[in-house]
Amino acid sequence: MNPFGPDLAEVFGPSQSDGGPELVQLLTPEGERVHHLPPGLEQFDLDFSAEQLRGFYRDMVLVRRLDTEATALQRHGELGIWAQLLGQEAAQVGAGRALRPQDFVFPTYREHGVAWCRGLDPLKLLGLFRGVDHGNWDPADYNFGLYTIVIGAQCLHATGYAMGMQRDGVVGTGDPDRDAAVVAHFGDGASSQGDVNEAFIFAASYNAPVVFFCQNNQWAISEPIERQSRIPLYQRALGFGFPGVRVDGNDVLATYAVTQAALQRARDGQGPTFVEAYTYRMGAHTTTDDPTRYRLSGDVESWKLKDPIARVEAYVKRNGLADADFFADVAAEADELGATLREGCKALPDPQPMSMFDNVYAEMTDELGAQRDGFAAYLDSFEGAR
Amino acid sequence: MAAQEKAQKITLAKGLNMGLRKAMEADPKVLIMGEDVGKLGGVFRITDGLQKDFGEDRVIDSPLAESGIVGTAVGMAMRGYRPVVEIQFDGFVYPAYDQIVCQVAKIRYRSKGRVPMPIVIRIPFGGGIGAVEHHSESPEAQFAHTPGLKVVACSNPVDGYWMIQQAIACDDPVIFLEPKRQYHADKAELDDTVTPEPLFTSRVVRQGGDVTVLAYGPTVKTALKAAEAASGEGRSLEVIDLRTLSPLDMAPVLDSVRRTGRAIVVHEAHVNLGMGAELAARITEECFYSLEAPVLRVGGFDTPYPASRIEEDFLPDLDRVLDAVDRSLEF
Repeated sequence: MNPFGPDLAEVFGPSQSDGGPELVQLLTPEGERVHHLPPGLEQFDLDFSAEQLRGFYRDMVLVRRLDTEATALQRHGELGIWAQLLGQEAAQVGAGRALRPQDFVFPTYREHGVAWCRGLDPLKLLGLFRGVDHGNWDPADYNFGLYTIVIGAQCLHATGYAMGMQRDGVVGTGDPDRDAAVVAHFGDGASSQGDVNEAFIFAASYNAPVVFFCQNNQWAISEPIERQSRIPLYQRALGFGFPGVRVDGNDVLATYAVTQAALQRARDGQGPTFVEAYTYRMGAHTTTDDPTRYRLSGDVESWKLKDPIARVEAYVKRNGLADADFFADVAAEADELGATLREGCKALPDPQPMSMFDNVYAEMTDELGAQRDGFAAYLDSFEGAR
Repeated sequence: MAAQEKAQKITLAKGLNMGLRKAMEADPKVLIMGEDVGKLGGVFRITDGLQKDFGEDRVIDSPLAESGIVGTAVGMAMRGYRPVVEIQFDGFVYPAYDQIVCQVAKIRYRSKGRVPMPIVIRIPFGGGIGAVEHHSESPEAQFAHTPGLKVVACSNPVDGYWMIQQAIACDDPVIFLEPKRQYHADKAELDDTVTPEPLFTSRVVRQGGDVTVLAYGPTVKTALKAAEAASGEGRSLEVIDLRTLSPLDMAPVLDSVRRTGRAIVVHEAHVNLGMGAELAARITEECFYSLEAPVLRVGGFDTPYPASRIEEDFLPDLDRVLDAVDRSLEF
């Protein structure tokens, strides 16, 4: 008997590599439609239309292709590095498609699928990894923030942005075109960061309209989830004072349903929710990583059986929701996207060296201007310069 | 009424408080965030009465987490607000250091100018108040070293009033350093009908011809006292209140050193790689042939801030400035 309370194993149960009994799921790995939603969320067990299902399938295939092409481009020396999303397509497309236009997203550096759903040209993502810029899109154009490299830092930005929404009167008005919320993306590794935990505290304290969407892909580079948490991550939310839910992150339907429910709760002024999308990083952390040094191929093989795309394909085919032409068209579209990315990436121009001095401040300061001018004169001093 | 306002005697704390109020009145997007800034009015009372008049949505008592305060301020700024963040004491800014250096300072650059960061981070700095550890530090060089940030230090009530308003109006992030020892020390007359000098400018506060003394924040008062004492010995010190530390406003500094041929930098921060090092390098680069002596530095020693019973030995004082004047003139 523990004098300080119950045994953790009694409260949370044993560690479950399959996500455990609380896992929200609407589509099994075999493509069987199920209805495993927690009580209270039944209304989000939507009757997905054939068009929606085809849309999810198309999104995931194209996003996977984008990821495959980018990985290949890195191998060919066209990108400095690439952070692969392989295996996380459903988590990202489900979360991305649950958004309304007025919602705002704060991504890490791996949210290529969410970026896709926000209408961002994937070439803009490649630019960052090629090293031609740090993110060449206007967040206001897509309601999609710039990729944030420092682990977890964006969760505080998301919370502050959500606090701004509260002050702008776009939360809890009941107007579906006005009420808005924020999604903060992060991973299992980031869940250990102080900034993420502070974001939970601020969001809870101010009841901010933010969905903390954690893709638990089981690995923080080489460190397994067990190094980050002794308990299922979603259970942590309760300690901060808001609900947490674990959803099958390889199930696009369940991810969509749960994210939509959490977003609606936030838009309605009921505060933050923690969504743990339980998934698996099928690839390396980035193209510089070698996962064979730290994980077993058997684990990867078992997760291959839970592939997010295969299950939607099986369901759609079994129920006759798309014909052969549809699948052929998506495959052709993916090939086209691949070709566009290959050509587009190689054509991305290097920035001019002098541009490094731009946008440090709203206006160039005298001292930085002098440095810039000195460097320009230095470059001009070479024979045949300019 | 107008005449009354014209001739108010105010402390630095009052000047900052009045300046914050003016800024909040002028722009509804200005918010104040920090620990104890609401009902209490801040541990130094700089935000006294503001929550009462502007409400809890604009004067926000935050959880006790500095990174959280600055990180949420970043999000607020992205949403179009102009947060003014209070860090309770200099030594408490470090939990927020990552957000300040990696996010606040870099987001404009990262976004190619699309996402401005009009955030003011107020930090009471410097020693001399008999406090425990972490309450007396001078971290300015750590921020001045970071591109994307601007760093200023006020030294007197009138500057406090104007500079805080100018910092809030600035579209770049500003680290705003307030000499806490001076908050309630001296009063000065505020005439708020005048047009203030631009924020990022240095100012000659006492003219002289023998030695240039560069100071900012709490050491301006020390330098002025030293100049007064030196004048009794027939030595004429020119004192410059730098006010801006990043960017530096070198024109008045160089102009002065070209006349005096001698420069002494006085700050409470550790001398090693402090502002004095940068000023010495710049002066040497620009005024090499005018110099009659090496640029000297008077500052805190390269020790952690000591226990308060001996802090006056750590801090530069009138005698240490005069000693440096002697050394400069004897060179």
